[in-house]
Amino acid sequence: MAEEKCLMKGNEAIGEAAIRAGCDAYFGYPITPQNELTAYMAKNMLDSGRIFIQAESEVAAMSMVFGASSAGGRAMTSSSSPGVSLKQEGISYACGADIPCVVVNVQRAGPGLGGISPAQGDYFQATRGGGHGDYYHIVLAPKSVQEAADLTYEAFDLADKWRMPVMVLADGLIGQMMEGVVLPPPLEGCKRPDRPWAVGSGKSGARNRISSCILDPETLEAAIHSRYERYEAIAKERTSFEEIEVGDAELVFVAYGTSARVCLGAVQAARKAGLKLGLFRPITLWPFPSERLASIASDGKRFLAVEMSMGQMVQDVRLAVNGAAQVDFFGRCGGVVPSEEEVLAVAKKLLGRDA
Amino acid sequence: MEALYGHPKSLVSVQSKYCPGCGHGVIHRLVAEAVDELGMQEKAILLNPVGCAIWADLYFDMDTVQVPHGRTPAGATGIKRMRPDHLVICYQGDGDLAAIGTAETVHAANRGEKFTTIFVNNAIYGMTGGQMAPTTLVGQKATTAPRGRDPDVAGMGYPIRVCEMLATLEGTKYLARGSVDSAVNVRKTKQYIKRAFEAQLRGEGFGLVEILSPCPTNWQMSPSAAADWLASDMIPYYRLGEIKNELSTRGTVGEGASLQGAAL
Repeated sequence: MAEEKCLMKGNEAIGEAAIRAGCDAYFGYPITPQNELTAYMAKNMLDSGRIFIQAESEVAAMSMVFGASSAGGRAMTSSSSPGVSLKQEGISYACGADIPCVVVNVQRAGPGLGGISPAQGDYFQATRGGGHGDYYHIVLAPKSVQEAADLTYEAFDLADKWRMPVMVLADGLIGQMMEGVVLPPPLEGCKRPDRPWAVGSGKSGARNRISSCILDPETLEAAIHSRYERYEAIAKERTSFEEIEVGDAELVFVAYGTSARVCLGAVQAARKAGLKLGLFRPITLWPFPSERLASIASDGKRFLAVEMSMGQMVQDVRLAVNGAAQVDFFGRCGGVVPSEEEVLAVAKKLLGRDA
Repeated sequence: MEALYGHPKSLVSVQSKYCPGCGHGVIHRLVAEAVDELGMQEKAILLNPVGCAIWADLYFDMDTVQVPHGRTPAGATGIKRMRPDHLVICYQGDGDLAAIGTAETVHAANRGEKFTTIFVNNAIYGMTGGQMAPTTLVGQKATTAPRGRDPDVAGMGYPIRVCEMLATLEGTKYLARGSVDSAVNVRKTKQYIKRAFEAQLRGEGFGLVEILSPCPTNWQMSPSAAADWLASDMIPYYRLGEIKNELSTRGTVGEGASLQGAAL
C-alpha cells in the first residue's frame, strides 16, 4: 500500500498514532490545548471497541492508566501542564512499580493556571522526575506533526521495552497546528510484546504482584540501583538528536520542539546572508544528548540555547559542556513564541555582527 | 471423610501482621472463602490499598496491584476494563475510600464499574496511628481530635455513611453493610460479599460491601471491649443490612436485614 499523506492537527495525529501503536486503553480529562486529542480518542477508541474513559480528574486518569497497564494493556493519557502536575503522583508510582505507559503533555504556559498558549516551561518537571522519589523516565520532544505521530508510535514500544512511562513533551503549537503527515502502519498483533508480569496474564499458581512499596531500606535501595543501571543502558541505546549545519558553524543554537523550528528558520536566513549558524536539536530530552554536545563543545563551538521558558534545558547544555564552551541563553515565556528575526538578532549580537 | 472446614486456598498460610483483635484477618478470610467457593482464585485480582490493608498482598494468594492512596477504584477501573472476565476486588479502608479517594469512589460507582469494593470501616486511621477518619463517630477521640470529634466547634464535620451516600447513584446496584463484631454478623457479611461477587461475575453494576471492623489498638481498648463498642456505638449509627439491592437475582440476607432500593 502506498504511503498516504494526510493533513492533520498535531493532537489528532498523536491520537491516531497511539491507536496504530496498539493503544488498548486511553484515559483523559479535558484541558486546553489538548482537547482534540481526548475527543479523537473518544470517537476512535470506542469505534474500534477499545477502552476510553473521560476520568473524574487527571489524578484518577493516571491511576486508571496504571491499572490498565498492570493488567497487560497498552495504556495512555494526555493532558497539558496543570493537568500533568496532577498526574505526577501516578507517574511516580508507575516508575516505582516499573509500569509501562505513555503520557502526552501538550504544554501551555505556567505557573499556576497560567495561559493556554504554547510554552516549554515543563522541561524541569518532565526531565527531573516530576513526582517524588529517585527516578527518571524517557522524554521525547517532537518538532512537527509528523514527528509527534512517529514519536508517539515509538513511545509505546519504548515503554514496553524499558518498563517505564514515556512522556511525549509537545506544546500547544504542535498540538494545534495542521501539517501533512504520513501515519505509521497499524501494529500487527504478533508484534505485541509479551507481558508475563501483568496481573491476570493467565498462568496458574505463580502470582504477579504489582507494587512500588518496599519497606526494607536495603531492598528498596537495591531496586533503585537496578533501575538506574537500566537508565544507563537507555542513555547508551536511545539518546537521539538532530544536527543541522553544525560542522562549520560559528554559533550553534540548541533548541527542542517548537523553539527548534524557530531556530531552523534563523539558521536558514543567516546562511543566506553568509552567516554560519547551526542547530543542535535534542529529540530525547531524557536521556539528554550530553555526550554529543560535549564533543561539539570540544571542537571550540559556542552555543545559544533558545527556549520558550526562562531557561531550563540550558542547564543541561551547561552540564554537558561543563565549562568547555560558552553557552548563552535566549527565551520567551508566558506563551510567547520567539520569532526567527529576534533569535537571529540575538545570535548576531553575540557574534558581534549586529552592526 | 469430607473436610468441612479448613484454611481457604486463596489465603497464604502465614501469620498476619495485623494487631490482636483487628478485623482485617476475619475479613480477609471471608473474602478468600467467597473466592474459593466461586472457584475464582486463578482469575481474581485484588487491589491492596494504602493503609493497614496494604499488607493484603502478603496474605491473599492471588494476583495483586497496589496503586496510590485513594486511587484504588481508579486502578480497579483500568484493571476490570482490561480483564472483564476476572473477579476484581477493590479492598479499601475508610481513609482511602471516603477521604483522599472520595472522588474516585463516587465516580467509579457512578460509572457502574463492574468490580466489587470491600470497604473496611474501623472509624479511624490505623496504619498512621489513630488519626480522625471520615467515619470517626462524633465524640470519638483520635490523635487529631484529642477532645473527640466535634462537628460544630472544631469544624470536623460528620461521619460519612458511605453506602447511603452511594445509594443515590444510578450506577450502584448492590450496597450492603456488615460487621465482624459477632459470629452472626460475620456470617451475614460473608453472604453479602458472596452476593456482590456473584453480581460482578454476572456483569451487573457497581457493588460495595462496607464492613464495620474493630481497631482495638487505635481505639485504645481490649479486643473484647472493642467488639462491644462497635456493637453499642457504631452499629446504631451505621445501620447493618442491604442498603441497596437492585440485582437481577434479588435475594435477601438474614431476617430483617434487607432493605430494597435506595432506602435512606
